Amino acid sequence: MTSPEESVGWSREEMAQRAARDIENGSYVNLGIGIPERVAKYVPEGREVIYHTENGLLGMGPAPESDEGDPELINAGKRRVTAVPGASYFHHADSFVMIRGGHIDVCVLGAMQVSESGDLANWSTGEPDAVPAVGGAMDLVAGVGSVRVITQHCTKNGDPKLVEACSFPLTGPAVVNRIYTDLAVIDIGPEGFQLVELAPGVDFEYVRERTGASLAIIDGHWR
Amino acid sequence: MIDKQVPTPAEAVADIGDGAAVMIGGFGEAGSPIELIHALIDQGASGLTVVNNNAGSGEVGLAALLKSGQVSKLICSFPKSAGSSVFPELYRDGRIELELVPQGTLAERIRAGGAGIPAFFTPTTVGTSLEEGKERRTFDGRDYVMELGLTADFALIRCSHADCHGNLVYNKTARNFGPIMATAASTTVAQAANIVVVGELDPEVVVTPGIFVDRVVQVENPAHESDLVARGEVYP
Repeated sequence: MTSPEESVGWSREEMAQRAARDIENGSYVNLGIGIPERVAKYVPEGREVIYHTENGLLGMGPAPESDEGDPELINAGKRRVTAVPGASYFHHADSFVMIRGGHIDVCVLGAMQVSESGDLANWSTGEPDAVPAVGGAMDLVAGVGSVRVITQHCTKNGDPKLVEACSFPLTGPAVVNRIYTDLAVIDIGPEGFQLVELAPGVDFEYVRERTGASLAIIDGHWR
Repeated sequence: MIDKQVPTPAEAVADIGDGAAVMIGGFGEAGSPIELIHALIDQGASGLTVVNNNAGSGEVGLAALLKSGQVSKLICSFPKSAGSSVFPELYRDGRIELELVPQGTLAERIRAGGAGIPAFFTPTTVGTSLEEGKERRTFDGRDYVMELGLTADFALIRCSHADCHGNLVYNKTARNFGPIMATAASTTVAQAANIVVVGELDPEVVVTPGIFVDRVVQVENPAHESDLVARGEVYP
């Protein structure tokens, strides 16, 4: 397979920026740990977005300026954060009422694999001696209206992460709406992966060769 | 007169017996009732089933309780944390049973348990390996799995303010599982940084009404797990 090609396509920051462009004004958004968290700082000016963290805060702000902060004001990744004006705290059952009950508009998650039917695998390698840990991922994909994924297009070994069928245990079946990779923006359409946009300097063939299932071009990229 | 205040953490947990099911509040260190957990380690009850979202960090608090060998089963959504090898080692050695529950399902099972609801249907885990062994039903064309309400003998939780009736107010995201665990346990013990006279808490801001709380104990300057871990402390 191909080797890692860091210089091709979007950087991690640029992937977060691209995902941020699609966050609508006025939406309630849950961002996963890692690259998805960085989406918040790139949402275009003029849009007001409220961030939810499943451990019990609506109106999450950035990390505190100093290292201090409050050890009892943290995000789902257990890092210290701030609360913006208008924020609220709530217990865990209410937090997942927001998620499972369909009140959160968008979540952005990482992925190990996404299938052409929108199955997501992002919680376990399924190896027998691994300590299983699922957190809130299965609740998020079951309940949030628009599930978006940010991921490298291929693994470090060059294997495609966009596949016909996930080999890793599923987080949820047919749940993903849109994928942002270092190479492209891809939607899950009725017939599988649909190209929405290519990263600068990347052509369709290049992406198709690195995608483990068929990839279609659909005219008019916004669904 | 109703007075739920108990003088010390040791007295507050003295009657937790071998084999008890104990819900322990907290998400990571936020809301972790660390002094009550340490009192439970000192007390020595064994064969415990513990319900917590995580598995602790370092070798203090929940991680120390697991390391002590007093816990035979953990009901948990995310038993991984940076800087702790306690749970992974116990798990790989087969010395602790794990019931892995998605976080929202864990919260709702506790809420249901406290609300007198024995089971409910949720879309979470449908089509995944965590659905195995559970009843599936279809409502309005969508599939759901049945989950059971969860109750416990004891709940140990942490809050910022309490009064002697057991009314509680929390601090920021340390609220997390406290309010629901308080409802789901036969005996709920809350450690509070401040105990105020009855009437001082505005009824409009009370988060946990006193009916759900059996004991309050003052821990004036509660430890923060991250501080203890940073200092390399090990309990006991």
